[in-house]
Amino acid sequence: MSLSVPDLNLRIVVPALIVSITALVVLLGELVTPAARKRWLGYTSLIGLLIAVGATFGLWDAHATAFGGMIAADNFGLFLTLVILLGALLSVLLSVDFLRAHQVEHGEYYMLVLSAVVGMIVMATATDLIVIFLGLELLSLPLYILAAFKREDGPSLEAGLKYFLLGAFSSAFFLYGIAFVFGATGATNLTKIAAAIAKNPSGDLLLVGAGLLLVGFAFKVALVPFHWWTPDVYAGAPTAVTAFMSVAVKAAAFGAFFRAFFVALPGLAMDWRALVALIAVLTMTLGNVAALLQSNIKRMLAYSSIAHAGYILVALVAMGAQGSSSALFYLLAYTLTNLGAFGAVIALSDGARERLEIGDYAGAAQKQPFAAAALTICLLSLAGFPPFAGFVGKFLIFSAAVETGWAWLAVIGVLNSLVSVYFYLRPVVQMYMTEAQPGWDGSATLTTRIAPLVALALAIAVVGVLALGLFPTPAIALATGGFVR
Amino acid sequence: MPIDYLPILVMVVVVIAFAAIALTFSALTGPRRPNPSKLSPYESGMPPFGSARRRISIKYYLTAVLFILFDIEIIFFYPWAVLFRQLQLFGLIEMAVFVIVLLVGYVYIWKKGGFDWD
Repeated sequence: MSLSVPDLNLRIVVPALIVSITALVVLLGELVTPAARKRWLGYTSLIGLLIAVGATFGLWDAHATAFGGMIAADNFGLFLTLVILLGALLSVLLSVDFLRAHQVEHGEYYMLVLSAVVGMIVMATATDLIVIFLGLELLSLPLYILAAFKREDGPSLEAGLKYFLLGAFSSAFFLYGIAFVFGATGATNLTKIAAAIAKNPSGDLLLVGAGLLLVGFAFKVALVPFHWWTPDVYAGAPTAVTAFMSVAVKAAAFGAFFRAFFVALPGLAMDWRALVALIAVLTMTLGNVAALLQSNIKRMLAYSSIAHAGYILVALVAMGAQGSSSALFYLLAYTLTNLGAFGAVIALSDGARERLEIGDYAGAAQKQPFAAAALTICLLSLAGFPPFAGFVGKFLIFSAAVETGWAWLAVIGVLNSLVSVYFYLRPVVQMYMTEAQPGWDGSATLTTRIAPLVALALAIAVVGVLALGLFPTPAIALATGGFVR
Repeated sequence: MPIDYLPILVMVVVVIAFAAIALTFSALTGPRRPNPSKLSPYESGMPPFGSARRRISIKYYLTAVLFILFDIEIIFFYPWAVLFRQLQLFGLIEMAVFVIVLLVGYVYIWKKGGFDWD
């Protein structure tokens, strides 16, 4: 009996390897770091993530596969890797002082974030359903713990438990879908599945499998009707964790979602396109309408993230090069904008006391003008106002939909954007046009000073949002180079 | 093809038949002389006491989790040990990486006091 060692090509997975090693270093570092110096573990994570960013740029245009075709370093996966690493970098910047303020300064936090990042990179670059599932689990398990990281805090524990139960449930759906697809096509590799479907395009078993995969992905990116966990988890989890979850998980899960449906299941497009379009309409509409009714800013941003998942789904319906490149650009813009918004929520808080209700934002612009301006810019970008990144992202997605004959879907998307303006502007109106409420106006510890790392994260996010909005061409070029073939 | 799964169906039928025959035969032919110690749940074991719904120290939970962790490690070792010669140096390095990653976790648990009972 002879065994052939698979074609490993470790060079392709260097970014994930670097992040893994950093995670191990941080875990060991936690043992020897005194309590007062835990922030150094955050700095270590930042260095590891930055090196991984460099390694990812080094792989650009490599177009190679590793592990016998289970992982692909095509530009689509690398672009998403960059988005994920950017999201993780900004989240760690926001976390260092956040953890101290909330008295949960443990090195394990960074280790869990880094482990989740490894899972996300694996998921975004995987070209095999089993590896996608591996990445999904690897990103989910640390996030369950992170959601419950404030373990003395009821809502945080509730968020962790809910996320865990529903996440485990959705993983089961996904795995069941893989089993059905494997049963119908005899393959888990995405290109082999596509070849098998091309040969034999019919089959109820395959449709059931594709439907279950859709459900699994829908849970992870929070599409209606699988979105119920999102508001509770996003509102209960520590704000820095919510910021990370809301962007990086979406980038990774949408990456695998697009890859699975564009590469493996284009032969079934007749069957899934209309269904996905319907889910997109429901997701956009319900997300925005429910966000109108929220008084808690974290819940509002949670429903807003559901709505944004709906916009990205429009790109999935559009398919083709335009669909995937517009989705890539949108994910980049959304990552910067949403992290900026959550970062501003953190910057506007008074120590461990956060401005959770929208009423708490009354008069905030007088005392904390910079953080208030950052929040305003990011909320306007989320709403899709012109000089910001969100506008360009929406423009690309909706024009992709119009050009592929889904104009009605683009119209519904634009109408939804109009609805969203109302709730995005509510905190802005509160900050600039209302007097501060008792309890927030006289706080002695509330100052204009923002912690340096949080300020750096906010600056990166705001400059990024403006740069992508004013000069989108380089990023669009990168995203266009990265469509799934 | 569904016909390929016929052996599984045969197996299921054989298992059910065997259990049914064994139970019926012993019930029909066996002598029946009940006494209190024979009717207890564990005839030669400890007599059960108290309710099963007692509070149990969370430390047992940690022990159980750690057991599963290292148990799975051993399961990974078995196929590797069987194929050790075919895998050659590649297999050795792969397993070394696996063990090192696990070792980091082990050191972490140790230093955090995961193995201390009190």
